[in-house]
This record gives sequence, structure tokens and C-alpha cells, in this order.
Amino acid sequence: MDLKEWFASRQKRRDNPEVKQPLTTEEYCALWTQCFQCRELLYTRDLRGNLFVCPKCQYHFRISALDRIEQMVDEESFQELDAGLCSADPLQFVDTDPYPKRQEEATRKSGLKEAVVTGVGKILGRTAAIGVMDFGHFGGSMGSVVGEKVARLIEHAQKNKLPLIIISSSGGARMQEGILSLMQMAKTSSVLKSFSDAGLLYISVLTEPTYGGVTASFAMLGDLIIAEPGARIGFAGRRVIEQTIRQKLPADFQTAEYLFKHGQVDMVVERVKLAEVLAHLIDFHSGKRGDKVQTTQASGVKTSASRA
Amino acid sequence: MANNDRKPVPLEFEQPLLALAAQIETVEKQLADNPDIEEDLTRLHEQYELLRRSLYAKLRPIDHLAIARHPQRPYTRDYFERWDPNWLELHGDRKGADDPAMVTGLVQLAGHKLVAVGTQKGRSLKDKQACNFGMPQPEGYRKALRAFHHAQKFGLPVVTLIDTPGAYPGMTAEEHNQSEAIAINLLELAGLTVPVVAVVTGEGGSGGALAIGVANRVLMLEHAVYSTISPEGCASILWRSADKVSEACQAMKMTAREIFHLGVSDEVIEEPLGGAHHDYALTANNVAAAVARHLDDLCKLTPAQVRSARQSKFRRMGSMQDAH
Ligand SMILES: [Zn+2]
Repeated sequence: MDLKEWFASRQKRRDNPEVKQPLTTEEYCALWTQCFQCRELLYTRDLRGNLFVCPKCQYHFRISALDRIEQMVDEESFQELDAGLCSADPLQFVDTDPYPKRQEEATRKSGLKEAVVTGVGKILGRTAAIGVMDFGHFGGSMGSVVGEKVARLIEHAQKNKLPLIIISSSGGARMQEGILSLMQMAKTSSVLKSFSDAGLLYISVLTEPTYGGVTASFAMLGDLIIAEPGARIGFAGRRVIEQTIRQKLPADFQTAEYLFKHGQVDMVVERVKLAEVLAHLIDFHSGKRGDKVQTTQASGVKTSASRA
Repeated sequence: MANNDRKPVPLEFEQPLLALAAQIETVEKQLADNPDIEEDLTRLHEQYELLRRSLYAKLRPIDHLAIARHPQRPYTRDYFERWDPNWLELHGDRKGADDPAMVTGLVQLAGHKLVAVGTQKGRSLKDKQACNFGMPQPEGYRKALRAFHHAQKFGLPVVTLIDTPGAYPGMTAEEHNQSEAIAINLLELAGLTVPVVAVVTGEGGSGGALAIGVANRVLMLEHAVYSTISPEGCASILWRSADKVSEACQAMKMTAREIFHLGVSDEVIEEPLGGAHHDYALTANNVAAAVARHLDDLCKLTPAQVRSARQSKFRRMGSMQDAH
């Protein structure tokens, strides 16, 4: 299903909420979602309406790339790039299943060809190059295609002088592509170097969860880094660290708030405010060097700094 | 200077060789009493050589891993000392720490003055612990970064030696932002206009290896390995079994030859028969010769060409198809 069809079917569901047929158990369960944090049983449609944030405890649920785009990007403004890119099987990798079979499975679950969707869209009217990772597809792991799509997105942003926004969510490198997946870290970082030297803005948004090779490459290289509340972010996984140091870690270890406390992210932004904050940051960094903020009032010069 | 006067400790797959060696020893003892068996002895020696060669000609990936992790394998300092007895070590990240798991210094090699950087494993238990078994903290990567900037400022080529299980997975490592320390090195290495040559001398473990591995030329010693995750980690995640390490080694294609065929490394450097730990001097020479050859090559390029060559090298990596 491509992006247009997906939005169209979403629209249809929204226009026609009455369910005529008797529900299967699966459908019935899909109606309700239990909050991972406060255990409250939530009506899924309400949860969706609340951007998949628990209205009781503010737990930010993991969301798909397409849901994210729908929430954050102005309606009908998103033009996808490189939609046709999909994985090969360079190592002919087989663990308990062959890699191509796992890819099919991932696509069946997520409806996506790969773990990142890239394109150009508007955020409250501001045009940006936008990449959104999807943990629901192969654990958001980075293989050749994720690396390539991110690299091409950065190049597109540089060529068109657009701000770059990447929403990360990943378990790390795609093991089934071996060393080639590791090299995607070098590839994306290398392309970011040129982008950065061109003086363009990159905002990295870290969401539940972001780990391994993605954190240790483009996700941590934002000029500005935003994390979603409660998101777990790190290099090594909690279990690996506990096994290595043989001690229990604090409960809030590797959460967005923990990273914030340790100076690793600029801000923790609630989902409901994300688009607004991104728009503000884009505005703040646009225009020519030394430009002053245009004000309509003759008196009381309003500077960007005081607005922030 | 560290040396390898001690007898090489045999590995598990070398057991058949040991049996034959024991037999040779017995025959040698009888030789004085019974000169007739000299011919047998010669034949046994020939057999030994044959077996040794055939054993090393068909190593499994997990055997390469065992050699790469051999406790007597030469480490970064062993190379620097042999390349340049007058090499000067540089210390510290200038931000509050000096990670012993990362060594930086000024080294001369075949007429090239270079900034040398490498991960360091310890030899004694105390050293091992001090070096965190070759797993740098974020401070180690920042120490390397400082060395890269030094090289850039003075137009000196960079040579890195990689032998690490990976970046250290610890609590303070995370608090001090291990991810950022690695990521910024990837970015900054991509931007250098001086030549960079990296050699995987032992274990090339994941992002912790790549953080000093974004180079114009990536070389690997014959028995070195390079992978996205440790085979143990891969086996436990994908097979959910600690017994599948050999399968994981095989599936990941992590040996020097395989990495070369995947286009990720540029050359496989020959090791002494049996592995680098059998002859430090020869190994150090082989690596030096290969590094010098690549540096000679790269020094013909302009600074801008050096950078763009490195960037396009990594830009091309990957394997995919376009359905459109
Ligand atoms: Zn809740």
C-alpha cells in the first residue's frame, strides 16, 4: 500500500466509524489499548485522537511512521522520496529463517517496504526534508536501505537548502546485512558532514526507542536534539550494561529525562507540542546571517532571542 | 618493549598439531639410542608442516575469531614500538580524562610522520582491567578525536589500529554519551583532508571500531574480524542460544577475506603462519609495508581529493534494489 492509499483508507475509516459487522476477537481487542504505564484501558480511537498519548498518565505510545507523518506534517503536503528502495540479501543471511522471509514478514506487519519513510513536507507551513523511522518494521533496524534513504534525504535537503528533520526509532543495526549495516553509520555521518558544512539546520528527534548504530550516528548528530517524554535512548541496551557492570541500573536510566539531566538533549517535548516547536526552531534558524526579526510594531524591538 | 619470547599458546583447533608435536618429541628423545629412526623423524616433521598448512588453509570463521582474540596477539603499542622506537605518546582528551583503552601518539613510519591512534587491550590482568579489555569509554573516543584534529591542523596523515570488542557498555559510558562520542568521530573523520589509513589488527567490534575506522583505506590482517555485533551477541539475539556462536560467525561474514569481498576493506595483510602472535616483528613489518604503500598513494592526492575520495568510498557502501 503506498502512502496515498493509506491516507485514503484512513479517511474512509474516519468518515465511516460505524461498524456494521459483528466484531471478531481481534477487532474487539483492537478497539481497546491498555496503557503500558498506568494500565488504564483506553478506547483506541480516543487514544489516536490524543496522538497516541495516554490522557491519564501522558505515556507516549510508540507510533508508526505514517501515523507520525499524519500527526506532524500538514495535510496532503508530504511528497515521499525513494519509495521504491528495498533491501537485497547481500550476505544470503540465514538464522532461524532466511533474511528475505523476515523482510516479507516485516512488510506484512508494518505495511512499509523499509524501516524509514523519507520525503519533503510542510510543518505548520514550513517546508522541510523529513525522515521518519518506524520501529514496527524490523525493529527500526538500519540496513543498506535505511542508510541510503537517510543519505539521499540529507543530500536532497542540502541541494534544496531545506532544514532537515529526522525522527528516529530503532533497535540499532540490521544484523542480517552484517558489516554493510555498520557501514551505514559511516555513510549517513559522512553525508551529514557536508550538510553541516553548508550551514544548514538539522533537528534530530529521538523517540521510543532509539539505540545502537542509529543513536551512534545520525540521531546524535543533530544541531538540535529533541527527545519525546519517556523515550528510551542509548548506545548499549540496558540488559547488556547490567550484565557487564553486574549491578542494577536506576529505573529511569536511558529515558529522555535522564538524558536531559545529563546534558545530551536540548529539550524534551511533548508530542502535542512537537510541530509547534519544530516550526519555531525552523523560523529561528532561517533567513540570512545577521538578519533581524521583522516586526510590525514601530516601537519595542522584538528580537528572536526574547521570543525564545 | 613487549615481546613474544613466550611459546605461543595453542588454540583448540590446533589440537591435532599438538598431538603430532608430542610424537615428534618422543621420537627425538629416542634418536640418540637409535639413529635408524632419523628418517622417521624427517617424515614426521614433513607431516607436521603439511598438517599445519592444511589446518590454516581451511580455517572456519570461528577459528579466525579465536586467533584474532588470542591473548598473545600483538596489540597497538607492540606495533608503534616496532615501527618507531622513538615514538611519542600523547595523552588525554583535554576534557578531564585519559582513557588507557585508546592510545594516541606521534609515530614515524617509512619516512611518513603520522598521528597514530589505536585501541589497546591489556596484557596482564591489571592492564586488561585498566584498558577495560580494549573497550574505550566515550573519553577514549574524544581522545582520538583530539588526535584527529591535531593531524588536520598540521597536515599529518592518520593511521589507526583497530582491535576492540566494541565501545564499553557501562553506566557512566552512557551518561557521558557514548553514542555522541562515536557519532562525532564518524562525522569528523569524514571531514579530514589528511589521508587516513585504518588497519583492523584483531577484533573490529561494531561502532566502537568504526569510530576510528572511517578511513581512505581500510586494511585487515589475515585473521582479523570485523562485524556489526559480536558473534555472541548475534547468536543470543537471532538464535536465542549461546551455542550458536560458530553459526553466527559464519552467517555474519566477518573474516578478512569476506569483508574484502564485500568491498568494505581494501587489502588483506598476510600474517605469519599460525597467526600474528607467532612473530611480532614480521607482523609489524607486514602492516608497516602495507600502510606505507597506501600512504604513498594517498599523498599524491590534493587535500580536497583526499576528503572527497573518503566520503564517496563510504557513500557507495550498501546493497539494495529499486522496485521503481
Ligand atoms: Zn497511562
